[in-house]
Amino acid sequence: MLKTFPVGGVHPPENKFSVGKPIETLPLPKTVTIPAGQHIGAPTQVLVKRGDEVKVGQLIAKAGGFVSANIHSSVSGKVKKIDEVFDSSGYRKMSVIIDVEGDEWLEDIDKSDELKKEISLSKEEIVKKVSEMGIVGLGGATFPTHVKLSIPDGKKAEHLIINAVECEPYLTADHQLMMEKGEEIMVGISVLMKATDVSKAIIGIENNKPDAIEHLTKIAANYKGITVEALKVQYPQGGEKQLIKALINREVPSGGLPLDVGCVVQNVGTAFAVYEAIQKNKPLFERVVSVTGKNVSKPSNFMVRVGTSTDILIEAVGGLPSDSGKVVSGGPMMGKALSRTDVPITKGSSGVLIFKEEEAKREKMNPCIRCAKCVTVCPMGLEPYLLMTVTQSSDYERVENERALDCIECGSCSYTCPSTRPLLDYIRLGKGAVTKIIRQRNQK
Amino acid sequence: MGKLLSVSLSPHVHSGNSLKKEMYGVIIALIPAMLVGFYFFGFDAIRVTAISVIAAVGFEFLIQKYMLKVEPTITDGSAVITGLLFAFNMPSNLPIWIILIGILVAIGIGKMTFGGLGQNPFNPALVGRVFLLVSFPVQMTSWPKLSPMNFSMVDAETAATPLALVKEGLKNGDKLSDLLNQIPSVLDLFVGGVGGSLGEVSALAILLGGAYMIWKKIISWHVPVAMLGTIAVFSGILHMVNPEVYAGPLFHLFTGGAMLGAIFMATDMVTSPMTYKGMIIFGVGIGVLTILIRVFGAYPEGVSFAILIMNAFVPLINTYVKPKRFGEVKK
Amino acid sequence: MNDVILYTIITLGGIGAVSAVILYFVAQKFKVFEDPRIDEVEEALPSANCGGCGYPGCRNFAEACVKTDDLSSLFCPVGGNETMSAVASALGQTVEAKEPQVAVLLCNGSSANRKRTSEFDSAANCTIAAATYGGDTDCTHGCLGLGECVDACGFDAMYMDPETGLPVVIEDMCTACGACVAACPKDLFQLRDKGKKSKRIYVACMNTDKGAPAKKACDVACIGCSKCFKECKFDAITMANNKAYIDYEACKLCRACVAVCPTGAIHEINFPARRVKPAKEAGEAKVAPKKPATEVEAKVDIVEKAKEATKATPNTEENTSKNENKNNEDKSSNEEK
Repeated sequence: MLKTFPVGGVHPPENKFSVGKPIETLPLPKTVTIPAGQHIGAPTQVLVKRGDEVKVGQLIAKAGGFVSANIHSSVSGKVKKIDEVFDSSGYRKMSVIIDVEGDEWLEDIDKSDELKKEISLSKEEIVKKVSEMGIVGLGGATFPTHVKLSIPDGKKAEHLIINAVECEPYLTADHQLMMEKGEEIMVGISVLMKATDVSKAIIGIENNKPDAIEHLTKIAANYKGITVEALKVQYPQGGEKQLIKALINREVPSGGLPLDVGCVVQNVGTAFAVYEAIQKNKPLFERVVSVTGKNVSKPSNFMVRVGTSTDILIEAVGGLPSDSGKVVSGGPMMGKALSRTDVPITKGSSGVLIFKEEEAKREKMNPCIRCAKCVTVCPMGLEPYLLMTVTQSSDYERVENERALDCIECGSCSYTCPSTRPLLDYIRLGKGAVTKIIRQRNQK
Repeated sequence: MGKLLSVSLSPHVHSGNSLKKEMYGVIIALIPAMLVGFYFFGFDAIRVTAISVIAAVGFEFLIQKYMLKVEPTITDGSAVITGLLFAFNMPSNLPIWIILIGILVAIGIGKMTFGGLGQNPFNPALVGRVFLLVSFPVQMTSWPKLSPMNFSMVDAETAATPLALVKEGLKNGDKLSDLLNQIPSVLDLFVGGVGGSLGEVSALAILLGGAYMIWKKIISWHVPVAMLGTIAVFSGILHMVNPEVYAGPLFHLFTGGAMLGAIFMATDMVTSPMTYKGMIIFGVGIGVLTILIRVFGAYPEGVSFAILIMNAFVPLINTYVKPKRFGEVKK
Repeated sequence: MNDVILYTIITLGGIGAVSAVILYFVAQKFKVFEDPRIDEVEEALPSANCGGCGYPGCRNFAEACVKTDDLSSLFCPVGGNETMSAVASALGQTVEAKEPQVAVLLCNGSSANRKRTSEFDSAANCTIAAATYGGDTDCTHGCLGLGECVDACGFDAMYMDPETGLPVVIEDMCTACGACVAACPKDLFQLRDKGKKSKRIYVACMNTDKGAPAKKACDVACIGCSKCFKECKFDAITMANNKAYIDYEACKLCRACVAVCPTGAIHEINFPARRVKPAKEAGEAKVAPKKPATEVEAKVDIVEKAKEATKATPNTEENTSKNENKNNEDKSSNEEK
């Protein structure tokens, strides 16, 4: 019996067209547009100005506080301008635009492929270096990693959980990374274990990646304290609360953090980035991106420098097919639809999905037939039909009482609804309104 | 590509579930019961069913287009289901004008006055049936004798159903064991061949439909199992107390509308609770009320009233019975 | 038979009398004392319960009026000066008459002026659209056209114009209660003085992007060129964040700024036609819709038609100040003429 979370979830068709495609490195683009904000938290302070020469790995924007992250240049060349340009959020954001010249890296970055197993830094030094190297959660949330690793006094971590689930359909970036960089990931996990003072690490992988499970299990045998656990294929298995429940049967309390049940959760891509940062002095400036879709002629996995335009990736898989209707950054259940394709790839971009026009258009909304499918599939035990109706009536007190803030926005409810009601749209609206009310309440 | 990209919030994929799939799934599940009804009651059954369905769709169309002035939604299949279930609750020798009145009440009052699909608190087919039962008690309780494969238009003879027989007999002081000899055996009750409404005759056909709906995830097992289980347990306890007065579980499960009610009427999604816990409470309530009405009440059949009474409790159940929240913080 | 009737009358009458006495004493015991002036003040209020005064309902506003010593901070926008002077006389105080105000949409990004660059497909609600992205055009500050402001208006003073995709404020019906101001997620509405003879001037744009991207996104955007600022002799214009803003209290309605604006972002409402041709033909006399009997009926038709259209297609709500009011009012009244 495979472990899984007990309540809710859906099983969308996996459509992993880019599975097994080796990670390709595209030729360097002519310019990159690096947004100054690619993480959750305070905005950064841009350090460079027009005309400055930069090298690969050079710090170009400094973290604006504790909950913030450094940003490093992914290319070498000259800063063309610092301007507000469109990014995947649909708004114009401050970005550093660099004209690429050559591929000169900072001297202290170790570019070799040699596996470096020995960890020479102390716990505090690791956390400090993770912060300096601009590491953020690569699962898509982009939460600054050093904040997660800074365990406050009074709390203790017992488990490190590595999220290698990749439960979203279409995406295969983590899968391919595990197959090609398994050893490096294990060292990265060991680094994270040292940083958080834990002796047990569990890698959770969904059962639709048997080769990765086998590969990592073999490697993990040589590392103390690391085990691999196969999980049932159920969305959202990779949601951190669901993952923790499945692996160690503990529920993160409402409004709480994984640390409240003794866990630190990190994405497997983040573990790899931590390895490169600590062992190779390489800051975070590139990542694996899956570019795929039903009508894409060459679904692929690319290693992309941050700031590369999404257009370039789409060209590399054969161009945008003429019957395309939607382009999504990330996965289909939680990703962001792009209004234009000339936006840059950032630290949080795990995939570029191309949908055909007939797949893209939403169906018309029908009345709620109270079939309770949304209640059955909600992994957090909420009642989406009720949250939508109550939000539409602006009864925000009730929205708060019905635990709308517990919603992880996985999209299972909207996915399932037979009346194609935009449940998650209104739940988000309700959450936003309730958050504002709570903030005002706390200010008084 | 010159076309504009479509932008929406996530999720960007959909399961493909649709209203049509849900409704037509229920209609397919009703086919076995419908065929059995046609077989045993002949042309009359076809007549009643056809009129009910056409009238249901027709009234819904007229009300939506000319009274409410909204786009008619008759293609979603919900009116067809109301028509079918209403027909299956009728004796097959019902005159046409009574059927039409019943359907008008079912669709017009039971569904449209509350706002249309998804808004009604009471099961529309049962609203229609109970209205007719109270208004036309004679016509609604003269059940035709089974005449298999009788497709002539000649009026069928009438005979009492097992439930009515037993109720009347017990009132007159007859012993239960004597009465039970007069009605068909349990196997007959199960497979079919017993008088009653045209949809109630074969528990087997109904269970087949139920299994299909559970397989297609249109309904869940909670309401039928809770309701039938409660009927069995409650009647079983009474039977053990006094076997000569109170009939046993098998009798109550397979006579009357218990099966049809459990599988098709109580599980109507619009009027049943939204959580599994709530569904079980709902089913238990229906079971208790059914036995109470059948055994201690004035009517021989209690399922329709039981379901309607519990429908009234559903909003209360939904308010107080919430799904188990993830990470519930115990205060 | 007569006995039965007699006994019934006595019994029921007796129960009624006893209940009445009990209720009287209970009502007296649990009576809540309220200042009788609150009732007087509430009488004077329009009973719209719209919240425009900032209080939840007219009764609460009446309580606030009775409690305070100084009525100048309290104002009922629906009843206006008439109501406030009635309230003041009921309380033995005086109030200064305030300038009547009107809600103005500070955006003119109609379908003609702003090119659509994507199709919005989420639920048709402006707050949801603002959370999804910057809108279906390249101006991320402008109206999203989905009508949240129209839904918020409690006085039927707004409607979506299906041609432009922007909301229209009907000047004569607007009570300046502020509901649309609060509803717009892009903060495009502003309450501005109606002006002498209902004339007013404002910059119909909230775009803070630099001039080039602003103009590329929308033909009538404010590009922050400062020509108006230099032209204004009364210091009524301030430049900030690539955008001009006209202070309605300082503006003397001379229209010099309107003449020099290169994009037509500055709107003048209810002015007579110019004798001299201005720099840009956008200076065509824009008249706000008034309320003569015939026009009110025509307006009601437009409101109904627009409501139907809104149901069918989402429109971006450009609550940007007054521009909307001006344009819509002007267009409709011009068309009617």
